[in-house]
Amino acid sequence: MASNLVVETKNLTKIYDDTTAVDKLNLKIQQGDLFGFLGPNGAGKTTTILMMLGLTEPTSGSVHVGGYNSTREPLKVKSISGYVPEKVGFYENLTATYNLAYIARLNNLPDDVVEKRVKETLQIVGLADKAEQAVGEFSKGMKQRLALADVLIKQPKIAILDEPTAGIDPEGINQLLDLIAKIARDREMTVIMSSHQLNQVQRICNQVGIMVQGRLLVQGAPDQLGQESKDRSQFSIELKLTEITQQIIDAIQKVKGVTTVTRTDDKLVVGCEKDLRPQIARAIVEADGLLIEMKIQSYALEDIYLKYFKEA
Amino acid sequence: MRGLLTVFNKELADYFISWRGIILFGVVLLTAVFAIYGPSGALQNIRADLGSAQLGTTEFVFLRLFTTSGEGSQSFLYFISAFLLPVIGIAFGFDAINSEKNNGTMSRLLSQPIYRDSVFNGKFLAGVITIAIMLASIILLVSGLGLRTIGVPPSSEEAFRLFLFVLLGTLYGAFWLGLAMLFSTFLNRVSTSALAAIAVWIFFLVFMLMISTFIANTLVPINQNSATQEIFRHIGVQINSSRASPIFLFQESTTVLLAPGARTATEILQLQQSGGANFISSTLPLGQSIITIWPHIVTFVAITSMLFAISYYKFMREEIRST
Repeated sequence: MASNLVVETKNLTKIYDDTTAVDKLNLKIQQGDLFGFLGPNGAGKTTTILMMLGLTEPTSGSVHVGGYNSTREPLKVKSISGYVPEKVGFYENLTATYNLAYIARLNNLPDDVVEKRVKETLQIVGLADKAEQAVGEFSKGMKQRLALADVLIKQPKIAILDEPTAGIDPEGINQLLDLIAKIARDREMTVIMSSHQLNQVQRICNQVGIMVQGRLLVQGAPDQLGQESKDRSQFSIELKLTEITQQIIDAIQKVKGVTTVTRTDDKLVVGCEKDLRPQIARAIVEADGLLIEMKIQSYALEDIYLKYFKEA
Repeated sequence: MRGLLTVFNKELADYFISWRGIILFGVVLLTAVFAIYGPSGALQNIRADLGSAQLGTTEFVFLRLFTTSGEGSQSFLYFISAFLLPVIGIAFGFDAINSEKNNGTMSRLLSQPIYRDSVFNGKFLAGVITIAIMLASIILLVSGLGLRTIGVPPSSEEAFRLFLFVLLGTLYGAFWLGLAMLFSTFLNRVSTSALAAIAVWIFFLVFMLMISTFIANTLVPINQNSATQEIFRHIGVQINSSRASPIFLFQESTTVLLAPGARTATEILQLQQSGGANFISSTLPLGQSIITIWPHIVTFVAITSMLFAISYYKFMREEIRST
């Protein structure tokens, strides 16, 4: 195993009764990555995360985190990784400080370090003034930030965040995401963040894996994934004309490289193998057409994402 | 090991500062007062016995504080065994595991580098220690109040018997705690697990008597003309089937411990069968008392360990999902 791999799964499979939640997953996450784990609900993201942490046993295959087998040496994995579950909970009647200190003590930190680190981490997540408040009074967004502090306090090499943005307002989401990105940068921490919201992943992640029905469909940098899809699929050019005549359509069809021309209401959608905007424009003018608007559809990651969803 | 201690400390602190703990300590206080002043006539009974120098009753006067019942009310011992300890055990255990799962704190806890059994053991141990503290405070409170009212200090043997009673009571409380924690491991809803534990308690408290009577009536039917032997066999069957109830088991063993002059029905039966009208009315030495209740102690340890083992097995391999 290469030393800079933080997470590696080999044919990881989890079967519940008769449904396969995770199907022969082979995932590799490099040291220092901010990995976005994308997929619809029920794709097997959470199950994969649970197996990484040894909170559930794989049916077959193996998962290594930081070089340790998660099933056989869960304690070692847990001591180098922090985890924020999807529905994170705290002892509501106890203060934020107490909740954090408890976790710190469970990580074998000596008492004087505990106190110092609790203050430090609460400062980082911006909850220093709420330190002595009972967590029951916290809002959802504050709880998520506290959960982040909960991870930071053990100073892990890797942080696993399961749907950290669920249930927060849009502004809070962006603040939280930026906070995650900043912390990951400052601490050189590997972050795995699962989500079903593409734009959130795009905002901070430098690696994306799309998981659908227990399988990893694609993995790579977000823009690289977009590029790949651009290369693979056809371009589509949308045209708006003053008047659409059969003559114009014929002229466009004669342009070399054009595969389809379809008419929808007052628009023409031209499918082609590469960017043929100049050639098409000339063809229209030569056929006495008047061009109003010409748009080329470049595939964003979202389209791939939606496309995979449809396939699934 | 440190994980266990951390969980233990936190849970212990929780039990003491939570409303649940405060309420239960209130009940403990009331129990002590009830023990002295509650059973009307109990104190008079003791005083009367002190006056008349009847054989076997002047000894262990102090212990009679705990075992004497008044008119129309049960003794302190009955209250402890039938109500207080089961309630405390169930109250501390019914939500131990499932509430943490429902609140999402369990996933957070178990993603820390501690063994899973630390969580379970820590909670169990904290509960047991709290039960021991509560029981010891009741005994000390009753002793203090009793010392003032009857003016007789406990002998060293009496003190030792009371100490053994605290140990045995803690074991009995641990059984109820283990039972409640078993339900909280298997049932995901807190209210369901509380109800299940209470159902078991009520079953043993109320229905067990009916069932044992039914068994005895079926196996050894008796009527007015039955021979003495038959009647004793009938009682024997009833008592043996009652022993399936931990409440009865505890009552029997604490009676031996705290009322050394009293004889358990089994002992009387044995004496009868060995052809004896020569029933000796004297107190049992401490060593003999312990031998008599040894099977009870072993039974309690065994059932509690069994409950513990089952919950353990379920909890250790379970998937912890936070939804």
